[in-house]
Amino acid sequence: MTIQSPHSKDLSQTNHWLLEGMKRYRRDLGAHIFIYAVAIFIILASLSLTIFLITKGVQLFTHDGVSLFTMIFGSVWDLHDGKYGALPLIAGSFAVTVLAALFATPLSIGTALFMGEIANKRGRKWMQPVIEMLVGIPSVVYGFIGLTVIVPFIREHIGGIGFGLLASLIVVGVMIAPTIISITVDGLLGVDQSLREGSYALGATRWQMISRVVIPAASPAILSAILLGMARAFGEALAVQMVIGNTAVFPKSLVYPAATLTTTITSSLGETVEGSTANHSLWALGLILLAMSYVFILVIRWIGRKRNA
Amino acid sequence: MKGLKVISGILVSIFCLIGLAACGSQSQSHTTGAADQQASSIVAGGSTALQPLVSAAAEVFMNQNAGTNIEVQGGGSGTGLSEVAKGNFDIGNSDVFAEEKDGIPAEELVDHKVAVVGMTAAINKDAGVTNLSKADLIKVFTGQVTNWKQLGGHDQKITLVNRPDGSGTLATFVKYGLDGHKPAKGITQDASETVKKIIAQTPGAIGYLAFSYFNDDSVVKASIDGVEATNENVQNGKFPIWAYEHMYTKGQPKGLTKQFLDYILSDDVQYTLVAEQGYIPMSGMKVERDAEGNLTKK
Repeated sequence: MTIQSPHSKDLSQTNHWLLEGMKRYRRDLGAHIFIYAVAIFIILASLSLTIFLITKGVQLFTHDGVSLFTMIFGSVWDLHDGKYGALPLIAGSFAVTVLAALFATPLSIGTALFMGEIANKRGRKWMQPVIEMLVGIPSVVYGFIGLTVIVPFIREHIGGIGFGLLASLIVVGVMIAPTIISITVDGLLGVDQSLREGSYALGATRWQMISRVVIPAASPAILSAILLGMARAFGEALAVQMVIGNTAVFPKSLVYPAATLTTTITSSLGETVEGSTANHSLWALGLILLAMSYVFILVIRWIGRKRNA
Repeated sequence: MKGLKVISGILVSIFCLIGLAACGSQSQSHTTGAADQQASSIVAGGSTALQPLVSAAAEVFMNQNAGTNIEVQGGGSGTGLSEVAKGNFDIGNSDVFAEEKDGIPAEELVDHKVAVVGMTAAINKDAGVTNLSKADLIKVFTGQVTNWKQLGGHDQKITLVNRPDGSGTLATFVKYGLDGHKPAKGITQDASETVKKIIAQTPGAIGYLAFSYFNDDSVVKASIDGVEATNENVQNGKFPIWAYEHMYTKGQPKGLTKQFLDYILSDDVQYTLVAEQGYIPMSGMKVERDAEGNLTKK
């Protein structure tokens, strides 16, 4: 990032600069310092957050002597009995994330194609606020609707007791769809118009043009859209907590209760005593979440770099 | 220009550090302020079950005593106990005795029992069961009985609705309802309203709720061993599943903290707010219980 100094901008205004120069220069310096200040603040904030979570999270291993191996590969999670095997929770988190992405992706790409390729300007003008509205709905509302509508529907028409991965993937899928849609639309709009004209000129139909030219050209953007959606799904706690059933076991079917890392943290954190092993174990779960979100970011960056290359 | 950038960068980071340090020292001075009790502002936090009662009482108290400020927070019983022990809260609200939580220096804390909360099993209406013996209750929650018809109810599979580990409601129910037997795994929810909703809409579901949540007939309020789950039966010691609501202070309370606790224990609050919120007033209790669970007549 380089901030241009006013001097390099416009030589014809040299006289002007000589008269007004110092005043402008000072103002420029003020903005300069402000922008640097906020940038450094954000860097410091994310750094200290990471350091804080790491120091809190490793206490389970250093202070309480639980091994990292038992934590990640242990299959029994029971704070009451002092069993800290997070594998069922990790499995639950991944199951919700991947299934929600599988559910949301076709839905989102279809909608994005409609907005980016099919619909005219007016159609896009109508769709945009609808998508933005979906983003603005708080997750507790999604969770509540899931609990009142989706869970009973699954119980009556599909089976089980309603709570579980199926309800979670639907709720989370709808939640992450707007993210995937808006980034995909940006990607589609970024595809050069000449590519479309070229494929029409070669006699392609509209669908051939979309499926063989536009989608491949926008695929890095679509991939990062899906990954960003997955990152959000992985971190979602409140809505999932209301519909997944929160039973720390391996999800044996889509319609039986499971639990995720985030739901376990939110439901138990307030009831544990700070400094206790149970409390440390929840921080360790937080550390796993943080590590995962770093992985998501790295993959997104990696795809982004491929796109630019 | 490069030099300027570097200098401004350094300046800015110094400002940030000073700002952070200032924030740190501010919270420091807050804790010392809380400890000397001279302040006209106190913080009470912890149990979310007790929070509505304390908030309501604090509101009336602040109206009557101008210039005082009582901040009421949630966070859970564990948070309440550990924060009061550290001196960050003036009052730590808890659903359980401090002795029952690991890692709390209980000997430093003074217990103020402000109310009693009764709990019982909440059963879905389709189960067709309204009374359970304690032995049957244990069988249901440990998974030995899986269908309500085994207990004389309808042919309906039993679904358990539990509370998360560490929850005060779970601890009380396990100790006095299940005689210490650990419940089998089931759906887990921490908010009582959500638990009630799940039980109401899931056929054959059973969970446990404080008496105050049985304010409509959406779930069945189970009797235990033929004893109806009522305030009177808790007060005279016939109904077993109940717990105290505690407000802990670090050392003997002074100043505003003491005034506020006295106010909550006054008949004014005990027979109005406490009763309205579905709790049982302390003064009505004819039995007493200690941290080990030993019951004595008053």
